[in-house]
Amino acid sequence: MNATASLVDDLLAGKHRALARTITKIENRSPGYRELISQLHAHTGDAEVIGITGSPGAGKSTLVDQMAKVYRDQGDTVGVIAVDPSSPYTGGSVLGDRIRMASTVGDMDVFFRSMSARGSLGGLSTATADAVKALDAFGKDKIIIETVGAGQNEIDIVRTADTVAVLVPPASGDDIQMLKAGILEIGDVFVVNKADLDGADRTVQELKEMIHMRDSDDEWEPLVVETVAKTGEGIEEFLSVLEDHYEHLETSGLLDEKARTRYAEEIRALLRADMGTLIAGEIAEQGGIDSLVDEVVAREADPYTIADRIMEPIEDCTARRQS
Amino acid sequence: MSTEQSQRPIRCLVAKVGLDGHDRGAHVIARAFRDAGFEVIYSGLHKAPEEVVQATVQEDVDVLGISILSGAHNTLVPKIIDGLKSYDAFDDTLILVGGIIPDKDKKALKEAGVDAVFGPGAAMEETISFVRDNVPARD
Repeated sequence: MNATASLVDDLLAGKHRALARTITKIENRSPGYRELISQLHAHTGDAEVIGITGSPGAGKSTLVDQMAKVYRDQGDTVGVIAVDPSSPYTGGSVLGDRIRMASTVGDMDVFFRSMSARGSLGGLSTATADAVKALDAFGKDKIIIETVGAGQNEIDIVRTADTVAVLVPPASGDDIQMLKAGILEIGDVFVVNKADLDGADRTVQELKEMIHMRDSDDEWEPLVVETVAKTGEGIEEFLSVLEDHYEHLETSGLLDEKARTRYAEEIRALLRADMGTLIAGEIAEQGGIDSLVDEVVAREADPYTIADRIMEPIEDCTARRQS
Repeated sequence: MSTEQSQRPIRCLVAKVGLDGHDRGAHVIARAFRDAGFEVIYSGLHKAPEEVVQATVQEDVDVLGISILSGAHNTLVPKIIDGLKSYDAFDDTLILVGGIIPDKDKKALKEAGVDAVFGPGAAMEETISFVRDNVPARD
């Protein structure tokens, strides 16, 4: 209990070690992490959160490095969370995005943290959102979440951001690729990085068409910007688009609306997890999953009946409370 | 399956400091650590001691592995250790040095706070099990 309080105090006092340790606890779901996040919550809500996603090799890390540099020049402090995949076989991973944070090394006001997806661990987006809270409470002005846009998990992560930028490398496929569901639907800004390469113009064109065709009642029309992250070309324009989007969110009231949606999702996710724990307890109480499966295999019961039986005591409790 | 289960892979930073530009050994160890189920962060080449300290603190690693072939270990390693101390990050970080380290320097490095020195002939399994056995306990 006291350890949590002093960790929170140290974090709020600006100690980097405490911030690092807090993120570790969040990532590990260490005992006491919930209380930790509860205490941080009151100090959050001031940071601007930007999600960056795109296919591997699109240049995300290099772009993030350039963004951090410009933000620092403006006097803003920056937090970065970079999520990388982990091996499905060993759970191990090499988190390599830090190498590209070359412009701001030695500057502690850029807090860069690598996170591993840790296999199929379902709570990745929750852990990332909680790590963002730690950076927010610490006082970071801009927080960037960077992740490979490969699947649903990653889309959930960037959705915790206020503004989502999707990086599309030039010549990354025909126009059918652009019609596929997924990351192209979640972008507020599209960045054609490596715009000095052949095929960039066509990719910009295709993206613009795709945006034009999409059916959305959102007033914000996603923009397409071109950058060459390696040289820093186009970065300022990109950042001003991000700023425009944030302003749009603020003035339209969408920012508050988004935050509300996020909190609602968060409450639901927590409750699902807690309910899962309750159910796991009840399964153990009723003899364990294997013996339940035995009944199903022996045709003595079916999965629906078993589920009803497990839920019964929990339903009883809630019914009693409501009466 | 409990959702509250706290389990963390061992986190390592594999760092190259100073001027030496050979990182094949660092790549090999990064890959071996990954295959052992560790989370590995690679620093990239030519890092200053402060940069290695910054990465160690921010990433909150359990293990810092420094690879040096240039002979500058006697000046660079103590600088890193001092840096870690200034962030209260020294006590719970296992510090390994690998590369070309003459026997006569090993004692001084250990006195400075290095937990183990692995030379070119060290078996990978030896390094991995040393890490597993000696990684500082965290709450």
